[in-house]
Amino acid sequence: MGGVWAILQHRDGKAHPGSWEAVTAAKRIAEALGDTADAVLLGSGMDDLAREAALTGVGSVRVADHPALASYVPGAHTAALVAALRQGAPTFVVFPHTYQSIDYMARVAHGYGAGILSEVVAVAAGPDGLAWTRPILEGKLQARARVRGDGPMVVSVQAGAFPGAARAGEAAPIAALAVDEASLTLDRDLLGVEDAASDVVDLTAAERIVAVGRGIGGADKLGIIRELAAACGAEIAASRPVIDNGWLPRDRQIGSSGQTVAPKLYVAVGISGAIQHLVGMKGAACTVAINKDPGAPIFNVADYGIVGDLFEIVPALTKALREGRST
Amino acid sequence: MKIAVCMKQVPDTEARLRLNKLGTWIEEEDLPFVINESDECALEEALQIRDRQSSGEVVVFSLGPERVREALRKALALGADRAVHLLDPAFAAGDPLATSRALAAAIGREPFDLILTGSQSDDLGWGVTASLIAARLDLPHAWLVMGIELEADGSTARVVREMEAGKNEIFRLRLPAVLEVQAGINHPRYASLKGIMQAKRKEIASLGRAELGLDEEEAGAAGSRVEIVAVEFPRAGGGARILEGDAASASAQLVELLRNEARVL
Ligand SMILES: Cc1cc2nc3c(=O)[nH]c(=O)nc-3n(C[C@H](O)[C@H](O)[C@H](O)COP(=O)(O)OP(=O)(O)OC[C@H]3O[C@@H](n4cnc5c(N)ncnc54)[C@H](O)[C@@H]3O)c2cc1C
Ligand SMILES: Nc1ncnc2c1ncn2[C@@H]1O[C@H](COP(=O)(O)O)[C@@H](O)[C@H]1O
Repeated sequence: MGGVWAILQHRDGKAHPGSWEAVTAAKRIAEALGDTADAVLLGSGMDDLAREAALTGVGSVRVADHPALASYVPGAHTAALVAALRQGAPTFVVFPHTYQSIDYMARVAHGYGAGILSEVVAVAAGPDGLAWTRPILEGKLQARARVRGDGPMVVSVQAGAFPGAARAGEAAPIAALAVDEASLTLDRDLLGVEDAASDVVDLTAAERIVAVGRGIGGADKLGIIRELAAACGAEIAASRPVIDNGWLPRDRQIGSSGQTVAPKLYVAVGISGAIQHLVGMKGAACTVAINKDPGAPIFNVADYGIVGDLFEIVPALTKALREGRST
Repeated sequence: MKIAVCMKQVPDTEARLRLNKLGTWIEEEDLPFVINESDECALEEALQIRDRQSSGEVVVFSLGPERVREALRKALALGADRAVHLLDPAFAAGDPLATSRALAAAIGREPFDLILTGSQSDDLGWGVTASLIAARLDLPHAWLVMGIELEADGSTARVVREMEAGKNEIFRLRLPAVLEVQAGINHPRYASLKGIMQAKRKEIASLGRAELGLDEEEAGAAGSRVEIVAVEFPRAGGGARILEGDAASASAQLVELLRNEARVL
């Protein structure tokens, strides 16, 4: 057993950005172990992608190419990958922590007889093996974890934690992985793709956004948020619970399941700052956080913060904005 | 239709967290606990499916210490028919491998037509425990389920699954299956007084390690590959500049900074 495999994710011939982060993480783990990192592609007709992956400083690119892998179906992807893993026997299998990877990586771990460690944000060589870091309690705390026992591990790496693999060195060799057609279980009958929101407001063009979180407590309390948004010429957006509760429509959601925005100004009101929210707004040039909890993770990424009750601060801020304008 | 629901009890997201003395976990004393958000949606989905069919049974499974009984009691008050508490000191500090092994063993004792779980626990947030249960029971599964429609007498389901960036994927799969519900699929009900009264007469069975046929080295910390050795508050990134003073003065400072320092107004 040996080696570290990064499993690349792609769609329509293009790599998911998380794929290159998985490569970076795999290289880092391999370095710590004195081992090599390889990239793995599952799909159909991925020659360009394989050549791109070959330039990221990996030892080799392994490609499982079969028409039944053209669209993601967990049964087929799991069977193809598990067969390849049994053959190649890597110690670590690194996935990007994406909605697709998480959907099947547990099945892969089970099939390969591996342990599983999801949502890693850092790894370092320590006195007793590798020391892993991952967020817990929705990012309010971080846990340091240790892997016990022998046997392979499947890990996933959180977006943004291992910035993408730059081109490095010469092109690595590309090798085909054998695919046993009979083993590919099509356990889902794909019917289509739809937009999650019925109306679509494009928030990506907004210069300023006031985003509201669960801290607002109800749809009937949104008036002060609308006034604040009006006073600074901003669009209104929200974290997921606000949408899930039906306080605002789905097309206002910012985050991994919603829109990704990069406004000049992002005001987060009563939002704790979970990673799934942060990935949607980390491109903002200037972020303001208003939260009653001084330990809320949103303050780690914000430029300016006010700690306190939003029901006091938001009206005061609206007033200050209006006054500033009239003078 | 017989439906199993996996439900974890987790600290209230509103709670102010403290670390325990050794810094190995959070201090649980005086900490308010609730049913994990997506698990509550899984239970609601199960109740709605049962009630639409006018017959069937919803059985709730939860692994955890004594305090978990309160969450099970609440699930019964919301309308679940029965509860199974996986209760044994040997289950403590399990990683997804160990926890899924115990839950799969418990669920596997009865023939369920459908297993509904949450997508992710709000405390450990592994996101993989339920898929491992599916793998162990050799059932199809889906993570991040935002819609379930039973078809063909409950032998298949049309499932809506969340993808990234505001898209949903729709597919059909064979039942029994493990469907991992995402928060927002429904609006969970509140318990009624009648429900709370009826819950008192419903059964909460307890199952320990030995009753599930698990060896010592298969359960909890001993059955795990991943061990959490320390927890800490994340170091503030760059860290926000916190504006002090009362609401009015902090707001005035902020407007000044946004206008003249950040220049975004
Ligand atoms: C697969 C997956 C996808 C997800 N996708 C998304 C996504 O696209 N977008 C998203 O946002 N989330 C997403 N989430 C959910 C995410 O993990 C968090 O649960 C969510 O972002 C939390 O929203 P929140 O900050 O509004 O609520 P909470 O975490 O409950 O925070 C509320 C905050 O309000 C503060 N507060 C309360 N009352 C007041 C008051 N009176 N004054 C001031 N502050 C107050 C509290 O201190 C707290 O910090 C996803 C989760 C999963 C598992
Ligand atoms: N201790 C537990 N008891 C019952 N169900 C659990 C437990 N842990 C996890 N689950 C289920 O598995 C899902 C995913 O949890 P996790 O892998 O911890 O993110 C949860 O939403 C629950 O439905």
